[in-house]
Amino acid sequence: MADIAGLARNNSADAVMMTNGNEEDEIIMNEKEIKKLKLLSAKIRLDVLKCIKKCGYGHLGGSLSIVELLSVLYGKQLRYDAKNPQWKERDFVILSKGHAGPALYSALANVGFFGKDWLLTLNENGTKLPSHLDRVKTPGVDMTAGSLGQGASIAAGIAAGFKLKKNAQFVYLIAGDGELNEGQCWEAFQFIAHNKLNNCIAFIDENKKQLDGWTKDVINPYDIEKKMQAFGFFTKKVKADDESAIDEAIEKCKSVKDSAVCIILDSIKGQGIKYFEDMMDNHSVKFNTAENIKAADDAIEELSALITRLE
Amino acid sequence: MFELDRENTDASEMRMAVVSAIQDLMKINDKVIALEADLGSASGWAKIKKSNPDRFINVGIAEANMVGVAAGLSLIGFIPFIHSFAPFVSRRVFDQIFISGAYSQNTINIYASDPGFTVAANGGTHTTFEDIALYRTIPDALICDAADFVQMRWIIKNFADLKGIHFVRANRKPIANIYKEGSEFEFGKGNILKKGHDILLIAAGQLVSDALNAAESLEKKGISVEVIDMFCIKPLDKDLILKEIKDKRAIISFENHSIIGGLGSAIAEVLAENACGIPLKRIGVNDRFGQVGTADFLQKEFGLTQSVVVDFALSLQN
Ligand SMILES: Cc1ncc(C[n+]2csc(CCOP(=O)(O)OP(=O)(O)O)c2C)c(N)n1
Repeated sequence: MADIAGLARNNSADAVMMTNGNEEDEIIMNEKEIKKLKLLSAKIRLDVLKCIKKCGYGHLGGSLSIVELLSVLYGKQLRYDAKNPQWKERDFVILSKGHAGPALYSALANVGFFGKDWLLTLNENGTKLPSHLDRVKTPGVDMTAGSLGQGASIAAGIAAGFKLKKNAQFVYLIAGDGELNEGQCWEAFQFIAHNKLNNCIAFIDENKKQLDGWTKDVINPYDIEKKMQAFGFFTKKVKADDESAIDEAIEKCKSVKDSAVCIILDSIKGQGIKYFEDMMDNHSVKFNTAENIKAADDAIEELSALITRLE
Repeated sequence: MFELDRENTDASEMRMAVVSAIQDLMKINDKVIALEADLGSASGWAKIKKSNPDRFINVGIAEANMVGVAAGLSLIGFIPFIHSFAPFVSRRVFDQIFISGAYSQNTINIYASDPGFTVAANGGTHTTFEDIALYRTIPDALICDAADFVQMRWIIKNFADLKGIHFVRANRKPIANIYKEGSEFEFGKGNILKKGHDILLIAAGQLVSDALNAAESLEKKGISVEVIDMFCIKPLDKDLILKEIKDKRAIISFENHSIIGGLGSAIAEVLAENACGIPLKRIGVNDRFGQVGTADFLQKEFGLTQSVVVDFALSLQN
């Protein structure tokens, strides 16, 4: 039985109070805003599922773990113009774990970069939405990715360039915890930290799994937050299904003036849908069994109901 | 010696040819060791981890490190086999292969999976039309494109007896059967699969089967095509090429790779240096990047089907 795992978590007023200070006006506004973000998260999650289910297979686990992050980015933090994806003054998003394309595509479709009908063409012959990100093909995709480990350097270059141009834009980097196995990530982190590129907000999606299983069994990452601190980053660690905590961490990072910044997302591979969270091999999920199809259908139903409630 | 067995249609997955050959090697040679880069469940090498846990290393998503670790293991006498998708054991690790491996005279055996159009759903970032071109520039590297399951098993098993950089590319999925179980090959020697007198068709890898099909349909149209499986692209069997072009009207090379730097280029070099004066048509990927789609679609999209061969051969008649 599928179940919307994130639903019950942190929608109490307490959580809002805790994470958003105590000024009354602010709380009320934020509560509305948070509801808006929760709605967007639910829509993105629903579309990720529909998109991958229609395709028949896809990188479900790592797409679902960044849903709330993308909701906060595209629902609140980012500067972009969906009608003018190439707008020069936009903030940039470098989704370095490019196999999570379906998550980004769903976010982009939900905020109007292209129609949702595109989502049902994932990986089809001639599609504009390939499994791995392609900046040449998809409006709103700022950088091609799929060969893991390259995105952090790209983000570093963009951030350095913004500084040279004295532009107040941000670049948001999203890297996988497995992806951090790649040495190039650490070359980039050195550079970002050394140059105090505080306009690059680096997210590490710590969903604790990579392709062959648990990260601790493949290549133990030990304490990622401590590693980033040792590299010279200001760090924040937040629950990845908590929009307000993510938002607050971003605000905090934006106020850091003198160092590189990193937010570690304590996430679950398959996040937000219990059946897929519990599935051990959930990196690439195939919808070729009755059980998986039913789980997806149940989750689609529940997410649709949640969306109706939030709307 | 080899024999053909094209009737056998219960082809097994190519990755299992690799897995079973490595497992066989491990039974008789404790120096053989397998290294993966977080694709053990994609390559089937997780099975090697099960059968030979102390001869399996998963380095994580760190291909350059994998090549370096393999070189270190080689230095103290191990025989490393490494796997990743084709781009990640070619483009991505070229300097490590070149310096830590080849230049330092270490031994690394490489299985590059899902080359060319066989990339399918992984799309443009994962497409390699240039892996052979890159490896060809490495002095003394041995480069193979496996035509079927039987040949793949033979290649892997025979890599283990050699010292140096040995590279083989192939689909992970099942492909058409060409050879009879137990067939033997020789590195540096092409295999004549079908005799003919009008056109010489030289293919490699998965396209050997399409080449044979093309030759058969051309035969029906009155064009006699000789087909060579040039599974070993380096060292290239120059003698065989120079011998078999005699009295042919044209030569066609046919590869799941860029026409720049691969089999077609290698053949062109032989022909040019020997002033053969026989036209060569290179059928391969024409200076393009990859994209996503089904393997069948991509094979068509990049002009790598048997009908392209047939059409070209027919066009020569006019
Ligand atoms: C350079 C490179 N090596 C290998 C792969 C194959 N691959 C795709 S996703 C993946 C695992 C990624 O793990 P992680 O970064 O933790 O992503 P997530 O678990 O969030 O999906 C691997 C090994 C790749 N895309 N690029």
